[in-house]
Amino acid sequence: MEIFDWGRKRHFRFAETRGLAALLVLLTSGCDRGVLNPVGPVGGAEKMILINSTAIMLAIIIPTMIATIAVAWWFRAGNKKAKYRPDWEYSGAIELVIWSIPALTVILLGGIAWIGSHDLDPAKPLKSPNKPVNIQVVSLDWKWLFIYPDQGVATVNQLVVPAGTPVNFTLTSATVWNAFFVPQMGSLIYTMPRMATHLNLQADRPGVLQGESAQFSGDGFPGMQFEVHSVPPQQFAAWAASAHGGPALDSAAYAELQKPSSYVKPMTYGSVSPRLFDAILMNTAPPPIAPATTPPAMHVSPKTPLGQKNVR
Amino acid sequence: MFGRLTWDAIPFNQPIPLITSIVVLCAIGAIVAWITWNRWWPYLWNEWITSTDHKRIGVMYIVLALVMLVRGFADALMMRAQQTVAVGASQGYLPPEHYDQIFSAHGTIMIFFMAMPFIIGLINFVVPLQLGVRDVAFPTMNNVSFWLTASGALLVNLSLFIGEFARTGWLAFPPLSEKAFSPGVGVDYYLVALQISGIGTVLTGVNFVTTILKIRAPGMSYMRMPIFTWTALAANLLIIAAFPVLTATYAMLMLDRYLGFHFFTNDGGGNSMLYMNLIWVWGHPEVYILALPAFGVFSEVASTFSGKPLFGYRSMVFATMAICIISFCVWLHHFFTMGAGADVNAIFGIASMIIAVPTGVKIFNWLFTMYGGRVRFSVPIHYLIGFMLTFAIGGMTGVLLAIPPVDFVVHNSLFLVAHFHNVIIGLVVFGVMAGYTYWFPKAFGFTLDERLGKIIFWCWFIGFYLAWFPEYALGFMGATRRLQHISDPSWQPYLDVAMIGAVVILAGIVLTVVQLLYSIKTREQRRDITGDPWDGRTLEWLTLSPPPHYNFAVLPDVHGEEAYWTRKQTAIKLDRLIDEPNYQPIELPLNTPVGVICAFFASLCGFAVIWYIWWLAILSLIGAFAVFVWYAWRDEHEHIIPVQEVRKNARERRRIREEHLQNLSQSV
Repeated sequence: MEIFDWGRKRHFRFAETRGLAALLVLLTSGCDRGVLNPVGPVGGAEKMILINSTAIMLAIIIPTMIATIAVAWWFRAGNKKAKYRPDWEYSGAIELVIWSIPALTVILLGGIAWIGSHDLDPAKPLKSPNKPVNIQVVSLDWKWLFIYPDQGVATVNQLVVPAGTPVNFTLTSATVWNAFFVPQMGSLIYTMPRMATHLNLQADRPGVLQGESAQFSGDGFPGMQFEVHSVPPQQFAAWAASAHGGPALDSAAYAELQKPSSYVKPMTYGSVSPRLFDAILMNTAPPPIAPATTPPAMHVSPKTPLGQKNVR
Repeated sequence: MFGRLTWDAIPFNQPIPLITSIVVLCAIGAIVAWITWNRWWPYLWNEWITSTDHKRIGVMYIVLALVMLVRGFADALMMRAQQTVAVGASQGYLPPEHYDQIFSAHGTIMIFFMAMPFIIGLINFVVPLQLGVRDVAFPTMNNVSFWLTASGALLVNLSLFIGEFARTGWLAFPPLSEKAFSPGVGVDYYLVALQISGIGTVLTGVNFVTTILKIRAPGMSYMRMPIFTWTALAANLLIIAAFPVLTATYAMLMLDRYLGFHFFTNDGGGNSMLYMNLIWVWGHPEVYILALPAFGVFSEVASTFSGKPLFGYRSMVFATMAICIISFCVWLHHFFTMGAGADVNAIFGIASMIIAVPTGVKIFNWLFTMYGGRVRFSVPIHYLIGFMLTFAIGGMTGVLLAIPPVDFVVHNSLFLVAHFHNVIIGLVVFGVMAGYTYWFPKAFGFTLDERLGKIIFWCWFIGFYLAWFPEYALGFMGATRRLQHISDPSWQPYLDVAMIGAVVILAGIVLTVVQLLYSIKTREQRRDITGDPWDGRTLEWLTLSPPPHYNFAVLPDVHGEEAYWTRKQTAIKLDRLIDEPNYQPIELPLNTPVGVICAFFASLCGFAVIWYIWWLAILSLIGAFAVFVWYAWRDEHEHIIPVQEVRKNARERRRIREEHLQNLSQSV
């Protein structure tokens, strides 16, 4: 009899586990492209801080929520067993404890925030034996232009990065604000006209990731999505070489690209002026495609906003 | 002649706004006809529209807030419906240019014309009563404040029928809101409407800070003021400090748009980051302008319905004022992702977390207020417990967002949107609904229906969790806010659940209207005869429900923290009321049409500025100025209520109280 009961219980447990697993699968079905499924060191560290901080706070909040319900219910007006203390309104010891609990929690979380902010500063280069790839990002109405200054190619709405290699992004906007965001890679950052922001990310393994704008920028905003192809390093070099066959991003092509459009299909440009990004940053006409002879213009970071018209 | 205004401004080719316009205009026409038919205009004009009575003005603010709640919630339903159907291949039923107006209007209306008027309405109604005085410091200015707020609400809603509203989001960040990217009238409607209502709000702030600091009943020292009054003081100090920043910021954007200045433009040395900083220097204190009075409501509710004084009163006062000050030091947490650098981000992140300390203390204090009490599970206490549970989660997600590296992955996502709805619904909406139920009998002399009130609470409570928990999850999946179209079909189930949640909340809002009508219909059975329906502890329960225009025949003498409770206990102990005082005639400010006329000209001027009808703008400014000149040269300021009338009313109150006291002593 006892064995039978035990068996039934086990069977029940099994069903319960299966149900739970199904629920988990359902809950996380959309998560495979989200920030809880990071593919790089930045996203991974951010997820870790997110989960740790949540756990620390839940340790305080769940007991408080239970206590709220328990106290309110026990001291309900109809309960004769509860002791009514109509004049009890102060206790120094309790005051000390209730100021201490949130204060200590915040000291702990404040430490996490301080260290995390410094470790994960978007402008800080990632530690890696591999040489980072430089990519310049420009948000346009309503698509993304990615310029590879070292390879001399550019893409629209398609970002190709070598897996396991840090990527050093320099970002600006040709029109209004946007935010460059690949949830699985980690940190997002604003793109702002006449200003350059800096972001360092890395994808550890090959795969296709989704990218988007995370700052509303007008009517075509929902169509500002792009794909990130994280490919093995050799394949990246091969891709860059083959990309040179594409059309040139000259003044005419850039003028065409600048026209508002949304849900734009990925494109690749075979050649691009190395000074195009700086021209966009300075709000001047795109330069002709020629080898870089002048040093790149000064990048303007948000800490030193561009004061007056033209630095040139 | 009419500037930019042509027949094209009327949305003849867009069925949704056109039909809405026609329905709303018909409804307004029907209401006007009904009032005219019943010949209620003189009553409305004399007793409400021109009233300088803080209680009447408070009620008018709350009526405005409830109407705007319906408008703002209609926007919310449309957004939820669009996101539910516009997934994958479908583009839904709202094109981007319409959807973008809806979410901008939703945010603007809910914050400026729902939450703010509701909170200011409660402050207006309650604070002078709690202080034991007859009116605010500047009664006429109070009337002007209300009508300017109403004027702003009118202009925002007018944009539905004539022209368009902003398509920029509720804070209109440049350069998107600059003329180069938003050439239409939408942003102008937004700016002008908020400038007009903003003036009204600043005047309210001046009025209430002056009232609380200078006009209190004898013996009402600062440390004897009820907590709601303390939170009102903190909120109004924040208004005085923060709203001028908003006015200046909008003025700069208007100069950019109207006169070609370059404060925030892409060219000419403009800097849009400046706007982001300035708007959040206003925007973050604004959160606490709404939050602190809601905390105040819950403090009153916790103590009254537990039959106990508030636990840790001094601690509460200190926590309130700490939040008031720290809330000015945290604005940068709204844009950690601007790239400011690790030190700046970390300092602002930690400053934001520090606010969680006094806030957490408040939660524990309410908990210990209930501890050892006799908790009566009336409607307001439902909201209190619902709030404590919900707000704990909202506070936690808020602290998460204050950690810069976490914010880097959830900034602008639906996680953020879920967070601020978690605190705005869980705190502000629950708070004003608790306050509305709690003080309704004081305002009208009868209580609201309890059973319906509890159903309304459950609709809001369950509806909130259904509507916003899926959005928390979507935020982790990388869903950003303000999407007119959802490309990932795997998000559909979450969006569907959120839609169901919105419908549950809709049921709560519909039932709020039903509750009001039903309670009016059955008011004779639910009369509050004594003026103290909840066994209250603060001075507003000392007077009758509804209170006479002058609130108190004689200003009460205050002894101790709980002025009315002490007095009530003494009367019960001695089995008699205090001796009849020596009644005096009472001076009260006259009614004045200056507010409504001034707001009429302000609306006209605003409309003219939006459409570039310059002659009309100048004429209406002259009109508004003339009204003030006429007001400044008035001969009579006050009317006197004769001592006979005061004595008669006061004796009637004493008679009721004595009867009530006998009933009490018999039951004990």
